[in-house]
Amino acid sequence: MTIKVVYYLNQFFAQKGGEEMAHIPMEVAEGPVGVGAQVNTMLKDKAEITHTIICGDSYFNENESLCCHGLQEILAQLKPDLVVAGPAFNAGRYGMACGTVAKVAHEMGITTISGMYPENPGYELFRQYAYMVETGNSAASMRKAVPAMVNLINRFIDTEGEMGSPEEAGYMARGIRVNFFAQKRGSERAVDLLINKLAGSEYTTEYPMPVFDRVEPQPPVEMLSTAKFALVTSGGVVPKGNPDHIESSSASKYGEYSIQGLECLTEDTHETAHGGYDPVACNNNPNRVLPVDVLRDMEREGVIGSLHDMFYTTVGNGTAVAKAKEYGAEIAMKLQKAGVTAAIFTST
Amino acid sequence: MKLELGNIHVRDLAFGPVSEVKENTVVIDQQALIAHLTELDHRIRSLELSIAKPGDSTRIMPVKDVIEPRVKVGCEGDIFPGRHLGEEAMVGEGRTHVLKGMAVVTTGEIVGFQEGIIDMSGPGADYTPFSSTLNLVIQCEVDDSCNQYDHEGVVRLVGLEAARWIGRLAEHVEPQEIETYETKPLLEQAAQFPHLPKVGYVYMLQSQGLLHDTYYYGVDVKGILPTLMYPTEVMDGAIISGNCVSACDKNTSFVHQNSPVIYDLYRHHGTKYNFMGVIVTNENVTLKDKERSSNFTVKLAKQMGWEAAIVSEEGFGNPDADLMMNCAKLEAAGIKTVLLTDEYAGQNGESQSLADSHKSADAVITNGNANQLVTLPAMNTVIGHDRYADVVAGGFNGSLHEDGSITVELQAIIGATSELGFHTLTTKAS
Amino acid sequence: MVKEIEKVMPVVHIATVVPISKTVGANRIVPAVAIPHPLGNPTMQPAEEKYLRRQLVEKALRALQTKIDDQTVF
Repeated sequence: MTIKVVYYLNQFFAQKGGEEMAHIPMEVAEGPVGVGAQVNTMLKDKAEITHTIICGDSYFNENESLCCHGLQEILAQLKPDLVVAGPAFNAGRYGMACGTVAKVAHEMGITTISGMYPENPGYELFRQYAYMVETGNSAASMRKAVPAMVNLINRFIDTEGEMGSPEEAGYMARGIRVNFFAQKRGSERAVDLLINKLAGSEYTTEYPMPVFDRVEPQPPVEMLSTAKFALVTSGGVVPKGNPDHIESSSASKYGEYSIQGLECLTEDTHETAHGGYDPVACNNNPNRVLPVDVLRDMEREGVIGSLHDMFYTTVGNGTAVAKAKEYGAEIAMKLQKAGVTAAIFTST
Repeated sequence: MKLELGNIHVRDLAFGPVSEVKENTVVIDQQALIAHLTELDHRIRSLELSIAKPGDSTRIMPVKDVIEPRVKVGCEGDIFPGRHLGEEAMVGEGRTHVLKGMAVVTTGEIVGFQEGIIDMSGPGADYTPFSSTLNLVIQCEVDDSCNQYDHEGVVRLVGLEAARWIGRLAEHVEPQEIETYETKPLLEQAAQFPHLPKVGYVYMLQSQGLLHDTYYYGVDVKGILPTLMYPTEVMDGAIISGNCVSACDKNTSFVHQNSPVIYDLYRHHGTKYNFMGVIVTNENVTLKDKERSSNFTVKLAKQMGWEAAIVSEEGFGNPDADLMMNCAKLEAAGIKTVLLTDEYAGQNGESQSLADSHKSADAVITNGNANQLVTLPAMNTVIGHDRYADVVAGGFNGSLHEDGSITVELQAIIGATSELGFHTLTTKAS
Repeated sequence: MVKEIEKVMPVVHIATVVPISKTVGANRIVPAVAIPHPLGNPTMQPAEEKYLRRQLVEKALRALQTKIDDQTVF
């Protein structure tokens, strides 16, 4: 059986020209082009490059949403088994384009194989969507990059998409965690690990500790009495009945609710949607998680300038860090727009 | 303490006129069991029994607990001790019969958001250990006078007492096999294998309130100081579950009875190491409790002369902090650690998996990413109420489809990512 | 979430499990009472409980008024 491959190239590797041709829009050619021809030959009877998508790097990056739309249409029509893009080496715009191609393909359930220099921003931003071999800095390393990509394509074909680990298959880590059923149950693996660690022999952790990034602290609030404060919580406080159905765990959204005119939260007005802690204390008096009552007092007394009329809330329970980051960024933008000076963030 | 476990392999489960264990079939007189359970609490509104077998097109949800029927034979002590007057005797010694291959499963109206799903066939069955047991399912509903705490308490009691009642049917049955487990008093145990490294097990238990509680001899563990336990005590039900947390990494009473780290540590006891015992500790809701409990844990581990320990977590989020504290403090005291956890890495596995981390946690066993989505096809029979699919932990608005199929995170499946390592699911980098 | 907000304005994190707050990278941290009720305690008399909450919020505001260079627990 031969699998059907669609190849993505920029203007340069499609032999359309250099920077002066970087503006050319997206087009589809039949069969392999440029480096694709070499890949096609190496894959012989196992795969066939039926079409090549070509786009200028400048055009792609300046018309990203248009290009994504175009890619969706092309892939929907061609229905390839696999997309191959690049190698992009350390070419930033090309790397971004290959990464975007991979993301579009991923959303359509199609695997992408590519190659990049590890410092190409296209790797960092799109690594979860593609299997990428590590290449050198420039096209001078093409001689090594092509066989590496072909190896990966062969592996994709031979394993029917079960690529295995980065080390086994020879692609750069995608930064994602994949479930599978092990031979032995967890407790038995734990005992094996204990025996190895005790004996001082080599052992491998199944989960290397993550490194969390840091942000610089902001300068302090100068004058409380003129400042506007906003309340944000991961404790899941929502209007009674949870109108937006924020999940009790692994929240797919955050809520934005008005507290205009409310002196405090009560068991009749609010509750928690959080499934990760005993909800009774919060449900009886939601100010225990979101201290609206105290801040209203302080507003009245003139201790603080004002309390922002909206509060922001989600459920921290089981919610992935990447999601939380996304919600945080959106909330921050909204707070800034509303002229908020500082935020008070409560967690449960 | 020395315990003989006599396994009676259950090959079939049926209802019949007389309750008995006959030729590897457990027969239950429905009316007699219901009458027994109805007596337990006047607030029980209804009780319904059903049988769910491996391969059946059956879904059970929302599940509160899963329990294995066991009985003490010819010795002091009661299964699930310490809850009733007159049942305070220590357990973990003598002989216990086990009805191996069956389980009691409790279900009914939802108490919180935490209860989970058991599918007896289809893709969901791969993820739960309780798709391969013969399940006696008890659907228990309570009246409106019960608050959430009462509701959880009544259903817990019903499950435990049903398992004891069924367990007693095995008292005079000859087991097919007998396994013996023994841990001696501390000094004798240390002297038995003087040249082997001393190891132990730190058994972290959820203790955070409604549907997040665990009991040791009937004591809510949020109120305990970490304490020493003979490993065999769990086999007689010394630890019972009052929690569902997120069902995937909930330790049901069944899993405590078959506590996998304990059974697997016994396998190399006396050959690779000297398994000295277990420290039972908690995961409380205040920082000072967490600091105190981890300090006590390390103190006890040193007191027993451990050189290494396996530490298992229950739940995720703030318990990650307890896990890291236990790990960092044990390692700082020169005790090598292996940790058992699971991951919340996002539906696509793209995110950081734990809420806390520490550089000394360099030997971690992961039991899977609980955020992974799975679609469970409609089943012919639903025992319980599937309308809660949208609100259970791991579900979302739209989880329950019109055709009865359900799309949820693995989080909603009982035992899918068991942090005691009861199951084989794990995660790797890709 | 806290870190994203910190990119545009000062934010104080009121959290019970301070070690997690530190690990994930909050800068201004105020230790809270307990996970299910960070700013309260159901066992206290209502007036006392509200006083406790006020104390915590005042501490959070002091944290926001303090210049810091590194993660600080108040």
